[in-house]
Amino acid sequence: MLGLNSRDTKLLLLVIALVIFAPFLLNPFPTASNLGESFNAGYPALMQRFVIFGLLVIGFNLLFGLTGYLSFGHAAFLGVGSFAAVWMFKLLGYNVLPALVMSTIIAGIFSVMIGYVALRRSGIYFSILTLAFAQMMYSIAYSDLIGKFVGTPITNGETGLQVYASDPQVLQGANAPVLPHLFGLEMNSQTTLAMGGWEFTFQVGYYFAAFFLVLGFYLSIRIFRSPMGLMLRAIKSNQTRMSYTGLNSKPYMLAAFVISGMYAGLAGGLMAAMDPLTGAERMFWTASGEIVVMAILGGAGTLIGPVLGAGMIKYLENIVSKIQKDFLELWFAFLPDWLEAAVVNIIYPFVGKGWHLTLGVMFMLVIIYLPGGMVEGGQRITARFKRKKKTDAPDGAKTPAE
Amino acid sequence: MGILEVKGINKRFGGLQALGDVNLSIAENTVHAIIGPNGAGKSTLLNVLVGKLIPDSGSVLFEGTSVLGRKPHEINQMGISRVFQTPEIFADLSVMENVMIPCFAKRDGAYAFNAIGGVTKHTDIREQAEAILDDVNMLDKREMIASSMSRGDKRRLEMAMCLVQEPRLLLLDEPTAGMARADTNNTIDLLKEIKEKRDITMAIIEHDMHVVFSMAERITVLAQGTPLVEDTPDNIKGHPKVREAYLGEAQV
Ligand SMILES: Nc1ncnc2c1ncn2[C@@H]1O[C@H](COP(=O)(O)OP(=O)(O)OP(=O)(O)O)[C@@H](O)[C@H]1O
Ligand SMILES: [Mg+2]
Repeated sequence: MLGLNSRDTKLLLLVIALVIFAPFLLNPFPTASNLGESFNAGYPALMQRFVIFGLLVIGFNLLFGLTGYLSFGHAAFLGVGSFAAVWMFKLLGYNVLPALVMSTIIAGIFSVMIGYVALRRSGIYFSILTLAFAQMMYSIAYSDLIGKFVGTPITNGETGLQVYASDPQVLQGANAPVLPHLFGLEMNSQTTLAMGGWEFTFQVGYYFAAFFLVLGFYLSIRIFRSPMGLMLRAIKSNQTRMSYTGLNSKPYMLAAFVISGMYAGLAGGLMAAMDPLTGAERMFWTASGEIVVMAILGGAGTLIGPVLGAGMIKYLENIVSKIQKDFLELWFAFLPDWLEAAVVNIIYPFVGKGWHLTLGVMFMLVIIYLPGGMVEGGQRITARFKRKKKTDAPDGAKTPAE
Repeated sequence: MGILEVKGINKRFGGLQALGDVNLSIAENTVHAIIGPNGAGKSTLLNVLVGKLIPDSGSVLFEGTSVLGRKPHEINQMGISRVFQTPEIFADLSVMENVMIPCFAKRDGAYAFNAIGGVTKHTDIREQAEAILDDVNMLDKREMIASSMSRGDKRRLEMAMCLVQEPRLLLLDEPTAGMARADTNNTIDLLKEIKEKRDITMAIIEHDMHVVFSMAERITVLAQGTPLVEDTPDNIKGHPKVREAYLGEAQV
């Protein structure tokens, strides 16, 4: 289907199904229950983050997963995308379409410039160069250096950039919503479906962002399977052989860098479309680091890994970080008192404010035991089940090794 | 004039004269062997030819065009392919992918952004790749990851990767080192077969005299960076200077 082989089609359909039914899947517990309050992740603000960061990491993976070049400054493109989108809101109006187009283009232009310089080096030097560029851009945005130069705020420094009533908004119609919208369809309009103790919320913004996740995922499959994807993997494998085979790796690298920068720009634009303000902190180096961690945790170089990694980290950040001590006490109330206290005391440092500790431990375990990330974990589990099935079957011993 | 004309090449590494005034002419459609003891400068000479090293002085003309100062991929696109002394392959890709990459490079040039159509849709490329894998008897290994193969198989794969580009000049740096005798003979047969089938010039560096004498039409003996003699295999065999400098110790 759509030029994909059957396995890739299944994967794409799986992702489509996941994003469509996310409001159900992420709300396994009744809304008002204790578990529901702590573990339900199916609310629009968080689901938006799942898909936007998924898109961002899919793009990052096109660079890092295929070529092995580790960009440590990808958040810069995300930030640029957000600024470009908010500027479009300010100048043209709240329609998200021009904003997204502009954020992708501007991020593309920035990545051409940065990529051109950074790709002169490889390995750790490339990473450091991208980090340096990103931090420079962060400082410029944070101090609004350009704004001071031209006389009007461009990034609006510490305050951050937002839309004011006095902005031109030349294309903003008289009756158009004063919040981001797609031809009148407001991003934050939503309907809620109540079923028993459950409440499921369907928000326009979430599905709009999810559409781009699916589109981005589809394009990334196409790139992975294309001759260009093969060349990018060749870069990762052996650049010496590549050049003696008559291939110039530079244009391929730059193309991968720019494509992945544009993904980040689009993700930044979507963030602004969900919430029309932005600040320099989106470009800070920790944000870049988070992207790297997401890709590795999920499985760099795999198709679905980036989505899983982004989802996992956003879940930890938003759900595990909210677990309080009294929740723990409540859950473990069935234990004898002394045991309850012990269990709560052991778990507590890893939740709530300590969620980074959980992340750190997970990351460490994945790097050591599952270098292929969560995807490798999944593969090992399915392989184990398959083997079990085979040995259970009467003629199991005769099945040939694959 | 030969297809490759090397004139007055000098290359120093610090105090070491790796190549000293090397002159070499390789005639079109011949197999030209370059032999010499370890450290004679054979690989260094190839490095100059493929753009890995820039010599201190001298000139290299391939089909009348200078190659010096060109990038390795440009030199390859001119029609020179090289098999390295230690196999240079795409270790974590499959055998099939390893061979398809040079096919794409040959068909589409140094870069082409085929980012949308699947690799498998390019039937012409796949057929070429399968044909060459068949020639080197590796068709059954096409799905294997290259790094998991034996040294000899890696060499044969690298040779297939070069041959599939149908180069005008093929440079082979010890192509049979690390191969079992039977594989060595297969390799000789393969190269001879290719040679019969189409126009190709080969420059082959070898320590294995069996390979040299069953293939070469001309032999250049290199010692301490300078060509000692250049002659036909028969004359080289009997040459006293060569025996002394090289053959004597190699045939022990
Ligand atoms: N990049 C380099 N830097 C410094 N010295 C080098 C370099 N490459 C080669 N040499 C030196 O130049 C001399 C010639 O080396 P070369 O590899 O050309 O020999 P060779 O004839 O191919 O030998 P072998 O049969 O062992 O492969 C050696 O002394 C080697 O140490
Ligand atoms: Mg050598």
